[in-house]
Amino acid sequence: MEATIPLLKVDSAGIRFGGLKAVSAVNVELFPGELVGLIGPNGAGKTTFFNLLTGVYVPTEGTITLNGENLKKLPPYKITRKGISRTFQNIRLFSELSVIDNVKVAYHSLAKHTIVGSIFRLPGHFSGESDMDEKALEFLRIFNLDHFKDEKAKNLPYGQQRRLEIARALAANPKLLLLDEPAAGMNPHETEELMNLIAFIRKEFNLTVLLIEHDMSLVMGVCERIYVLDHGQLIAHGKPEEIRNDPKVIEAYLGEEVS
Amino acid sequence: MELIQQLVNGVSLGSIYALIALGYTMVYGIVKLINFAHGDVFMVGSFVGFYAITVMDLSFIPALLLSMVTCAIFGVLIERIAYKPLRNATRIAALITAIGVSLLIENGLIYVRGAQPEAYPNNVLPMDKLDIFGVSISSQSILILSVSIILMIILQFVVHKTKIGKAMRAVSFDSEAAKLMGINVNNTISATFAIGSALAGAAGVIFGIYYIKIEPLMGVLPGLKAFVAAVLGGIGIIPGAMVGGLLLGIIEALVSAAGYSLWRDGVAFIVLIFILIFLPQGLFGKNRREKV
Amino acid sequence: MTILKKSKGFWLSIVVALIFFGIMQFFIANGMLNPFYINTLMFIGINIMLATSLHLIIGITGQFSIGHAGFLAVGAYASAVMTMKLEFPFIVAVLAGGIFAAVAGMVIGIPSLRLKGDYLAIATLGFGEIVRIILLNIEYVGGASGMQVSHLTTWPWVFACVMITVIVIRNFTNSTHGRACISVREDETAADAMGINTTYYKVAAFVIGAFFAGVAGSLYAHNFYIIQPSNFGFLKSFDILIFVVLGGLGSLSGSVLAAILLTIVTTFLQDYPETRMIIYSLVLILMMIFRPQGLMGTREITALFTHKKTKGDQKDGSHNTVA
Repeated sequence: MEATIPLLKVDSAGIRFGGLKAVSAVNVELFPGELVGLIGPNGAGKTTFFNLLTGVYVPTEGTITLNGENLKKLPPYKITRKGISRTFQNIRLFSELSVIDNVKVAYHSLAKHTIVGSIFRLPGHFSGESDMDEKALEFLRIFNLDHFKDEKAKNLPYGQQRRLEIARALAANPKLLLLDEPAAGMNPHETEELMNLIAFIRKEFNLTVLLIEHDMSLVMGVCERIYVLDHGQLIAHGKPEEIRNDPKVIEAYLGEEVS
Repeated sequence: MELIQQLVNGVSLGSIYALIALGYTMVYGIVKLINFAHGDVFMVGSFVGFYAITVMDLSFIPALLLSMVTCAIFGVLIERIAYKPLRNATRIAALITAIGVSLLIENGLIYVRGAQPEAYPNNVLPMDKLDIFGVSISSQSILILSVSIILMIILQFVVHKTKIGKAMRAVSFDSEAAKLMGINVNNTISATFAIGSALAGAAGVIFGIYYIKIEPLMGVLPGLKAFVAAVLGGIGIIPGAMVGGLLLGIIEALVSAAGYSLWRDGVAFIVLIFILIFLPQGLFGKNRREKV
Repeated sequence: MTILKKSKGFWLSIVVALIFFGIMQFFIANGMLNPFYINTLMFIGINIMLATSLHLIIGITGQFSIGHAGFLAVGAYASAVMTMKLEFPFIVAVLAGGIFAAVAGMVIGIPSLRLKGDYLAIATLGFGEIVRIILLNIEYVGGASGMQVSHLTTWPWVFACVMITVIVIRNFTNSTHGRACISVREDETAADAMGINTTYYKVAAFVIGAFFAGVAGSLYAHNFYIIQPSNFGFLKSFDILIFVVLGGLGSLSGSVLAAILLTIVTTFLQDYPETRMIIYSLVLILMMIFRPQGLMGTREITALFTHKKTKGDQKDGSHNTVA
């Protein structure tokens, strides 16, 4: 599969805050349909790297291209519309909105009815809204959240909130899905369910998935390839078994819990 | 020479802004709250000074001290009653409360004593004209400036050399960590309000002596402008508030000197909007980014 | 149709409002209502427009704007110039008031792209003051002594404008565009990451909100015989803010109710402005301490008609602390 053109190509990208190099000279290539892990000790720059990919931060060096298109200086919402969608390490749902409305927000960029159409309740408004309703409900069914649809997002149990965040990210119709520690705070059973779900949606929606995870065993189990970040730099990448035996990785994790 | 005269006026006015701005900046630094009522503490200080001078027949320094002490107590009361219950509330809730407290103080005072203005007696400080390089400067301006500078030096000393100052800096840096290190966060916050309010009280007395006329709504505009000064210097940064205050005073004086005195009150807000857009961290601030 | 079912409560309120309009119009036409009450009625209408337009900016989009009187002033002066100086018909003046205010809304909306929370609040407050100072310095509109305006605002005008305002804001809110605004309020970073053009919606909220505040300004100007810059200071902005906060940030019907309630209270305390302000300020403080969500929270009064389950509100989100 590596013979095809990469979906995402990160070419020696990095960012510095003042004098501090948070991430530097990172090269990453993701191919269509892959499930790739990004690991590294705390503070290695994993989330910063996600922020670079999604346009929250503008890289101070290097380039990031999606399907050959340079993403430099695009604002986050445009990058999302180009096909990169994400979840957050510390769940960021729209807590006062209902579960289904959370998903509908992600559909917004696909909506065809305009502000004027909605204000005057033109026919386009009704068809557009009911269309969104149906699609959003479909997603909730996949994630087993449909019976909570009118509940406020903040009232969902923690595990469900994580799932809802993934559902919302998927609704934005990404080609590349970035998951930032999706299993954080979950028990082993929930984690396993989640991993099955990720495997399922990846097939179903033809996705490429990049996964940040702290739990090494989990990443080793599901990812086809793994990138390892430490102190803002890539120190290794390869198949799980190669990573497991890489002396640099072991050293980086030394003192850290390798669970 | 006219210009230099105006600059001197600007510096005097600026030092009043600076004294008020210090309270804003310290409180913001420590509890991230724009204390809208701060301008009203300044007003209360001015009235306390007025009554101390006219009714109690005190001279300048005792009146200044009395006003400072009263305002310190007043500031702590405001903090304990209105703001403390909101320590963990949203920023908007805290800001609305601050607006409420401000309106309450103003209208409470109007309710008690009416809205009519008072005039400070003009013999509190000697009114000699000093001739310096051909510019005549009133001794009052010089005294006011000296008092402001002395207060600011004392503040620097308190913040950098005393235990409570260290605690204040620690809490403003990271209140959770400070708590873990055994610092009494509540007392530190109260102390910050006390010091900030005392400075506002001093500014109130100085304002009264310099501008004579005082009234219950007098704190609103200087309060807002002092906030602008604090933002200009970089909110949360003590030297920034001083420089910001002086700078704003000078800018206003120059606008008046240029013949646009009716626009003077607008300038501060234009400065504010420009600063917020182009240099939101202020002159002395460091750029902080939100964590995602 | 499910859409009709969902908005049953809303349409019911419209019917009630129309009946109320008819009764009042009958009373006024037959001289059964004295000018004092008519004036109160007009004020209630104008304040509802101000409250709901600010509700869109603060309650829905979460942009903490405390310079709403600035838009009111722009609308009032623009419309007064239209009728008094340029002799346009009233309807043109009303629209012009709205449009000029909307342009001002865009101007203030643009800094809001870079400012958040309390900084934005101060900037909008500054904007309101700048508007006032500019008006004070323009001789064409009378400077500090203000402008004479003829009395053109009538009850049907006020009622029609209130209805349009409420319906437009409600329709906007209950659509994907309104949800986009709410997502900005809830979490701007996440909204951005979900493909929402947050800039666009913040400015849109300011423009729409300012437009209706400007229309309210037109009615306001032509209800008095004179307008002066001092009518539009930040105390006026705070008055409007209080409606929105008291009603519950995020509740349209809450803002409407609060505007009605507080206008009536204000009318009765007209001769005791300090007492009124003391009551207002105490209400603000106590409300923030004991019921920061306001009278209605984010709920709508129409939820009472439709018996929708609102168990979400009681549970208080105690679940999401597992981590």
